[in-house]
Amino acid sequence: MSMVFAPRMAEAAPSSHAGASWSPYDNNGGTCVAIAGADYCVIAADTRMSTGFSILTRDYSKIHQITEKCVLASSGFQADVRSLQKNLDARHQIYQHQHNKQMSCPAMAQLLSNTLYYKRFFPYYAFNVLGGLDNEGKGCVYTYDAVGSYERSGYSSQGSGQTLIMPVLDNQLKSASPLVLPPRESSTPLTENEAVDLIKDTFASAAERDIYTGDGVEIVIINKDGIRRETMPLKRD
Amino acid sequence: MRSSKLISVVPRTLPESHLYSFHFIPTLRSIDFFQSLSAYVAVSMSRQPYVTGTSVLGLIYEGGVLIAADTAGSYGSTTRFKSVERMKAVSNNTLLGASGEISDFQAITQLLDRLIVADAMWDDGNDLGPLDIHNYLTRVMYNRRNKFDPLWNTLILGGVKNGVKHLGSVSMIGVHYVDNHIATGFGIHLAQPIFREEWKENMTLEEGTRLLEKALLVLFYRDRSAINKIQVANVTEDGVHISQPYALKSEWNLEAFKNPTASAAGSW
Repeated sequence: MSMVFAPRMAEAAPSSHAGASWSPYDNNGGTCVAIAGADYCVIAADTRMSTGFSILTRDYSKIHQITEKCVLASSGFQADVRSLQKNLDARHQIYQHQHNKQMSCPAMAQLLSNTLYYKRFFPYYAFNVLGGLDNEGKGCVYTYDAVGSYERSGYSSQGSGQTLIMPVLDNQLKSASPLVLPPRESSTPLTENEAVDLIKDTFASAAERDIYTGDGVEIVIINKDGIRRETMPLKRD
Repeated sequence: MRSSKLISVVPRTLPESHLYSFHFIPTLRSIDFFQSLSAYVAVSMSRQPYVTGTSVLGLIYEGGVLIAADTAGSYGSTTRFKSVERMKAVSNNTLLGASGEISDFQAITQLLDRLIVADAMWDDGNDLGPLDIHNYLTRVMYNRRNKFDPLWNTLILGGVKNGVKHLGSVSMIGVHYVDNHIATGFGIHLAQPIFREEWKENMTLEEGTRLLEKALLVLFYRDRSAINKIQVANVTEDGVHISQPYALKSEWNLEAFKNPTASAAGSW
């Protein structure tokens, strides 16, 4: 048998090929939310993992702590999400070896964007919200699309319940226009407990109408004292 | 079979070997060559499955993990093979069950054999546990999906190590999760609801087996690719025991079956 070493050819399969087709992607559902405060950040995600119209498990965490002060919540295609988390973990380990310190949240935000864009032509189907404390100890939230376009803001939601939750957050948290003088801060004047209560309300509401959101919500709160977790059950239908 | 003319295209490493390391490289088989070729040339190996297995069910009980499956290998709508082993002991304390393409499952068990041997050869007092193997299989399945050449299986991996019981699933595109009770394929629709109602912590071996059999019976009634010949595997810290195949008691003596044409009118 003789073979010629050739670069991968795109059109090898005939177009009339019969048989089961498969997609490399699946949507495993779920919603992620984050709210930034003056000295805290709250990140939350539901714990349901679905495929099609079935629930695979009711107790799966979409939240991943990457650094001491930085937490990633991602919904979308679970295999890509997990692979992305591992990728960032590995990169963070290397950074720590090289710089002898942890990455800051804004630095991780840029790294995540670059990591996503690296696979621009076979994307990570992951809808991310990155939350944590910035270099000055203020809360920061970064929101992403699947290919890495990102923005820092005071609050955000991503995933299947995004469109249900975002308007509620806008109503409660939206700050004045950036054109207003004097310039206003982008973070929210809510207290930590008020932010957590708001998150619980938004998830309970989203779970009513979004079939992919439910079972439970996991809430992570980061402040100068460290990281704490809360969970709250949601409707299981 | 290798000829010296192939030197220029023989890969330096086995596919997936970046995921484990050995001090020796086993003989390169033609299947490995073909798979690694897919990184260079569009090779479609698994565009559709041929001989398939249906649901696999698993649950955790007080002594370990119970996993069950029937022994059918379907070829489309035909029940072509009726004595197919769809569960295999991976190591002393871990079991793998698979639904989907049987040949891909067999390739996976060969891969795991080599992995377990390589790990045992370190002889360092620590062997791969069910969590490690679950994670490894997730990476294998996900990497194949990334090359657009998936292993067409949904795998169930269960075991016990150091008293910790583990039961998880991996799909053909790398979606994976862990739970107290798991099912694949039709089992997601028919068996999981039964488990969600009736599973509880620390079930006895008896209770666990009865619950699995109840779900398998529903699958036999309602899944056309299921047959009434099942095996139940019991995985504990001490070992893996797969039962001999046996049948469940099913009820077909229903009124509607006694005179099937009674309500038929006309020529149809």
